[in-house]
Amino acid sequence: MKWFEYEAPTTLADALAILDANPGACLLAGGTDLLVQLRAGRKQTDLVLDIKRIPELNEISFDSASGLTLGAAVCCAEAYEHPLVKQHYPALAEVASIIGGTQIQGRASIGGNLCNAAPSADAVPLLIALGAVCRVVGIHGERELPVEDFCLAPGQNAMNPGELLVSLRFPAPLPASGAHYLRFIPRNEMDIAVAGVGVSVTLENGAFKAARIALASVAPKPLFVPAAGDSLKGKPVSAESLDAAAQLAKAAASPISDMRGTVEYRRHLCAVLTRRALEAAVRQALGQAQETR
Amino acid sequence: MRSKTHIQTTINGEERDFLCEPRQSLLEVLRDTLNLTGTKEGCNDGNCGSCTVTLDGRLVTSCLVLAVEAEGREIGTIEGVAQGNHLHPIQKAFLENAALQCGVCTPGFIVATKVLLEKEPDPSEERIRFFLANNLCRCTGYDKIVQAVQAAALNLRGTKETQA
Repeated sequence: MKWFEYEAPTTLADALAILDANPGACLLAGGTDLLVQLRAGRKQTDLVLDIKRIPELNEISFDSASGLTLGAAVCCAEAYEHPLVKQHYPALAEVASIIGGTQIQGRASIGGNLCNAAPSADAVPLLIALGAVCRVVGIHGERELPVEDFCLAPGQNAMNPGELLVSLRFPAPLPASGAHYLRFIPRNEMDIAVAGVGVSVTLENGAFKAARIALASVAPKPLFVPAAGDSLKGKPVSAESLDAAAQLAKAAASPISDMRGTVEYRRHLCAVLTRRALEAAVRQALGQAQETR
Repeated sequence: MRSKTHIQTTINGEERDFLCEPRQSLLEVLRDTLNLTGTKEGCNDGNCGSCTVTLDGRLVTSCLVLAVEAEGREIGTIEGVAQGNHLHPIQKAFLENAALQCGVCTPGFIVATKVLLEKEPDPSEERIRFFLANNLCRCTGYDKIVQAVQAAALNLRGTKETQA
């Protein structure tokens, strides 16, 4: 690796001041993407800014009214081991447990998975489906933006120079709701999705009250497909309604052919995975509804 | 301005300090500066797990940790697994089950197995295989490693019951 300086500020204000003075700095959370990129020369920097010693970036807190706040530097293992995450956002705990292997999960953060802006990022479709919102802070102030607006292109996110992602905020789970992420990989673990689908559903009287669907690995960025989720609103839970949503997800996909799969195969996968992920989310929603009765 | 950084850390329960460049990985410093060569370099990009150590109790690949990040943290390496000349039951199980051939992956597997069995004393075969998926072995075909982990788990559970 080429020479760089290293700073590990312990307050958000210090981090923002350093970032403002060094717009070319690279932010280090788990480093499972960044250090590989720096070593391979795909990224270069004079300063690595370690954000893991800032309290706000390590926060995990839950409130039944306002939902979950997940600090951007919280590693996957800490997220999926957390009792409140497991209890209230089981799909989030599950997706954190399939990113990389055990050692990667001990370092890699959900926030980093998002900031890296890979089209194949496993966490991102689920973050979109769950309606997560990014808290982005810079020296001149802060703003919130929905996860679906955060990734712009492969490796490119919506943050301006001098800004950093502090945390993700997840709305409190609604009664009779469920979520699921499903990916297709030829191996059983440690692989990049050929296609992936994240969904969330809320049910009422046997029908869909709301649904959100997003796709991985089938567009230049994680792809939110509002039309697919909206098609379910007011429809009964049935093979027909699920298939219709799956076809809309498939229609929205614009994948490329590469060594992992062809365009046709990936589009086909979008429909299959959407239907199955919806089935799993519906099962969860029904289970949850029974529990609260 | 290109000065080395002084880092104070704890390795295998002992306070240690060292000088390093910010760009050096923890793996490089463990092996080349501290002479703790039990931790092996394989792929150097986080895939193979042969450089596995614990950082504040969590398994990590030390090739993807900067040595400067170790300031004030606790690191555990393969050198801390045996107690003096007495091999840890996991090490014995790897030997007795012939769970190694070239041995480059072995320290990583043992460090990872120790964390697994401390958290989950009786993991299923599937759980063992998933947990250890970040450790690659190109010699054994994994079956003997899985058998060694199962044997070590059985042994450690027996020891615990005897103590109780």
